Amino acid sequence: MLNLIMDLILTYIGTVTFGILLNVPRRGLNIGGWIGALSFLFYRLCMMANMGIAFANLVGALIIGILSMQAARYKKMPVINFNIPALVPFVPGGQAYQMVKNFALGNVSEAISFLLQVMIISGSIAFGFLLAEMVNRVQARVMLALSSRWRHEHRHNPRL
Amino acid sequence: MTNDQGHLMIKTALHAGRIMIENGSEVARVEDTIRRIALNAGYPDSKVYVTITGIMMSISGEENAQIEPVTSRSIDLEKITQVNDLSRHFAAHKIDLAQFDDRLTHLDQHPRYFPVWLQLISAGLVSGTLEVVFRGNYPDFLVSCLIGLVGWGVFYGMSQLVRVRFLSEFLAATAIGILAILAVKFQLGTNADDIIIGSVMPLVPGVPLTNAVRDILAGDLVSGIARGMEALMSAIAIGSGIAMILQAM
Repeated sequence: MLNLIMDLILTYIGTVTFGILLNVPRRGLNIGGWIGALSFLFYRLCMMANMGIAFANLVGALIIGILSMQAARYKKMPVINFNIPALVPFVPGGQAYQMVKNFALGNVSEAISFLLQVMIISGSIAFGFLLAEMVNRVQARVMLALSSRWRHEHRHNPRL
Repeated sequence: MTNDQGHLMIKTALHAGRIMIENGSEVARVEDTIRRIALNAGYPDSKVYVTITGIMMSISGEENAQIEPVTSRSIDLEKITQVNDLSRHFAAHKIDLAQFDDRLTHLDQHPRYFPVWLQLISAGLVSGTLEVVFRGNYPDFLVSCLIGLVGWGVFYGMSQLVRVRFLSEFLAATAIGILAILAVKFQLGTNADDIIIGSVMPLVPGVPLTNAVRDILAGDLVSGIARGMEALMSAIAIGSGIAMILQAM
């Protein structure tokens, strides 16, 4: 439990500082950090419930995608300000490193098994983003049908 | 609507689009922004073709399309946000086209980066925190911070010097590998693998990778694949830098 809380604090710091490296505007840094920590919490909960690494990454990416879109609407900033820093804790850095190391040292079969893990993780992150995009489209449709104020605010958006 | 107005609109829209692509925006966003600028300037029917190496734009029913090449690419999300803000101001009629173009030029010439010391400290913190998150290795936190900081310093310095992103990444990864192995040899750290994994994190090509996926999903296949190659090249540069050191030492 203590470990989890510590990890969440570290994830927040890591996300915010990665945002600084990408030159994210100051007003977007804090909220990006929260998105990173929250999605990482759900990722860890899925891992604790033994749901498998692919599903956990998919859930994490899905939550990043949905929350980033809400943050982008709220702050009126492009969505990449939030979802790229928040994605950093999900990068399969450990597996990618093991892959490179095993290739370099000549253990090809082990390297290929790590390569497959990297592909599984990145694939599920991509599909998590795809699902999040779908959720956002559905949300836009629902809001369009229900709220006349929202329809007025977004009347120039050609994508709707 | 005179023709001059149309020329100014195309020039401004292409300028905005070029700044956005140069600084790491995805293609769909650039198309959207250009189309909105045209719409708000009174040309609802514009044709735009955007790739990550160039933009073409024309107004339907008028002659002369224009081309804007995109020669350099870096990452600066602040500029994308500011172009977005300017486009919003233009849509709300707070600024006119000429002012819009002036502000874009100003934005392009006066980038606002975080100070270098803050970037270095951030790189250190990214390395240390992610090393602990990925590997749970608390004793190596400080060493990872330090080596990540030096690695980013090498990357930053080489980027200023040679302006070839892949070369800077390769050299930074090499420096990280050497320092991590030396740190373990002199008993400053306990596990070279963990230190390297953490310290390489600031160099991860997050923006090209995410944009490649988003571009392909949005149907911009040409840009998506080009961007994917960019991310792959970065990953190969980092990986071969590390692999070389692991074999040599």
